[in-house]
Amino acid sequence: MRFLRSPSRTYEAPDGVAGGGEIDSANSPSGTTGAPTEQNETLGSYFRGRIDGIKGGDLGSIPIVIGIIIIAIYFQARNENFLTSGNFVNLVVQAAPFAVIGMGVVFVLLLGEIDLSIGFVSGVGGVIMALLILPDGSQVSTPVAILAAISAGVVIGLLQGVLFAKVGIPSFVVTLAGLLGWNGVVLLLIGSRGTVVIQDEFINGIANDSLSKMAGWIVVEGAVLLYALLQYSAVRSRAKAGLPNVPWSLILIRIAALAIAGAIVVAVLNETRGVPYVGVLVIVLMLIGTYVTDRTKFGRHVYAVGGNVEASRRAGISIDRIRISVFMISGGMAALGGIILASRLSSVDTGAGGGSILLYSIAAAVIGGTSLFGGRGTVRSAVLGAIVIASIDNGLGLLNVSAGTKFVVTGLVLLAAVTVDSLSRKGRESSGRA
Amino acid sequence: MSEQPLLELQGVSKTFGAVRALTHVDFKVRPGEVMALVGDNGAGKSTLIKGIAGIHPFDEGQYLFGGEPVSVSGPKDSAALGVEVVYQDLALCDNLDVVQNMYLGRELTSKLRRLDETTMERKARETLASLAVTTLQSVRQPVASLSGGQRQSVAVAKAVMWNSKLVILDEPTAALGVAQTRQVLDLVKRLGDNGLAVVLISHNLHDIFEVADRITVLRLGQNVAELKTSETTQQLVVEQITAGKLSTVPGQSGAAA
Repeated sequence: MRFLRSPSRTYEAPDGVAGGGEIDSANSPSGTTGAPTEQNETLGSYFRGRIDGIKGGDLGSIPIVIGIIIIAIYFQARNENFLTSGNFVNLVVQAAPFAVIGMGVVFVLLLGEIDLSIGFVSGVGGVIMALLILPDGSQVSTPVAILAAISAGVVIGLLQGVLFAKVGIPSFVVTLAGLLGWNGVVLLLIGSRGTVVIQDEFINGIANDSLSKMAGWIVVEGAVLLYALLQYSAVRSRAKAGLPNVPWSLILIRIAALAIAGAIVVAVLNETRGVPYVGVLVIVLMLIGTYVTDRTKFGRHVYAVGGNVEASRRAGISIDRIRISVFMISGGMAALGGIILASRLSSVDTGAGGGSILLYSIAAAVIGGTSLFGGRGTVRSAVLGAIVIASIDNGLGLLNVSAGTKFVVTGLVLLAAVTVDSLSRKGRESSGRA
Repeated sequence: MSEQPLLELQGVSKTFGAVRALTHVDFKVRPGEVMALVGDNGAGKSTLIKGIAGIHPFDEGQYLFGGEPVSVSGPKDSAALGVEVVYQDLALCDNLDVVQNMYLGRELTSKLRRLDETTMERKARETLASLAVTTLQSVRQPVASLSGGQRQSVAVAKAVMWNSKLVILDEPTAALGVAQTRQVLDLVKRLGDNGLAVVLISHNLHDIFEVADRITVLRLGQNVAELKTSETTQQLVVEQITAGKLSTVPGQSGAAA
């Protein structure tokens, strides 16, 4: 999955150049052109820069990719069913809800805030959707039900966001109240029904059906082609503006890596069920989310507010608007995650949104490298983290260990991830990359 | 250097409750001129620049810009006139890179609301080049990795990028080492050479005598002297800061307050 990064980081000019430059050539004559003197990089200089960056604590997705590989090797050694096509499909479906809910909460975490209500907001979303399509004479069409559920999540986020931004209640408290309150709403909505079975084919198909084998190949090839085109146009426009570029060879390596990784994933999945729809959904949401965070004003302002509220205010950014928006995104994505969970189980019950959903989703974002202190993180981190969490859950399930052991192990992995983050943060600080 | 002032304040006053922070202060700065603003703590320097920037508008007095009386009642008004303030605490986001900081809040976008990174990076480079800021290794490195002098340069470049006419620098060298102070002072000189009006607040007279054309001395909320740097000495300025002649003595002019 390492290579399923969005076509975004192309502009990432040498992120390996360390700070310093204390000895300044102060007396340069006025009117000198070509301020920072960067050259087009060669492949060698790019990798040297990356290695310097890693030494300086700028680890990127490396720890988590290594983590995924270790987890895969360990479980495969203990139980040979782990790395089979059938289990791989399960893994994708298990990871999807945490990935979707986690991607939403990344926006809140980027501000250095927290949303503890996402678990039961996902429950509310799933229950609203299930009740609306219940064939009792007053049912609505499936798309309307889905839209209504997501809207409910967005409105919940709006409410919590306003309480946080305008009234000034700490987000921890607002969403802690939400955690209790929305749990109550789930119980009230379900009422005496106990369990609501979903019979809608489309809804159940989200998590339980897959693309045809041919469609899987078309999707992956289309994605690689799109990535290549975006990279090409980015390089072209930078070259036209006379800006330094990453080397062509690196771009070719990236495209090839994406193509190979995508092909392996599709080939493995196609051995049994094919690519689950929900897998495609997660990737599409990840691409949209990455576009929003990296390529729009809104996303830039989210990072800015997470980095320095006062500077953002002086730059004319409406802090309240950003704060409320991220809670709306978090609520909407949580509701969508709830729909996926409901689809996987083909039902909702009084336990909807409870259990480990909240903590697994936040843990997914944090394990993937999103900082709890704000200002640093990516949408993609939630997807990578969700794969780790689902792998542990799934692998330990294959080993028939108890639920208690599962929680202990997942807790330790979360701790390990945050430890890596804290240590690399220290490294960044000492090399001036905080 | 033209003689027509770009900014002229006539008899501005500001009170905060019972505290009279500024009393009938006259102040002017011309295009291409570096005007130093000095005074002891509590002399009213910060109040004066906050009034110019519109953060705390003046209670009375005239605010003339380019010879025309204008009304500045908020930061947006002053920004529209072309007044930019570089605050002491810099107002940069550590987690964003140089280009992102320079365009913060005024990002350029192209189709699909997509940020126009290419144009922003090109223009940021041009601005940095025009100020001869040559010590950055990359305009795409996060601000956290810059030295104090480099950060100050970025903050100044951010201020001058918006067709600003008047740049106010609040103690730009306060926390800097020798080489970095050098770098920032050179930058201040270049702003003046490029035809901008510059107001420089500093406690360091040595720095001021190096870059400023004129010096306005504030004492207890009043303008006690406006001196030409070439015609005065540090000794004289210190005397004005500590014992400049006041037109009204606070506490003895109860009616005025």
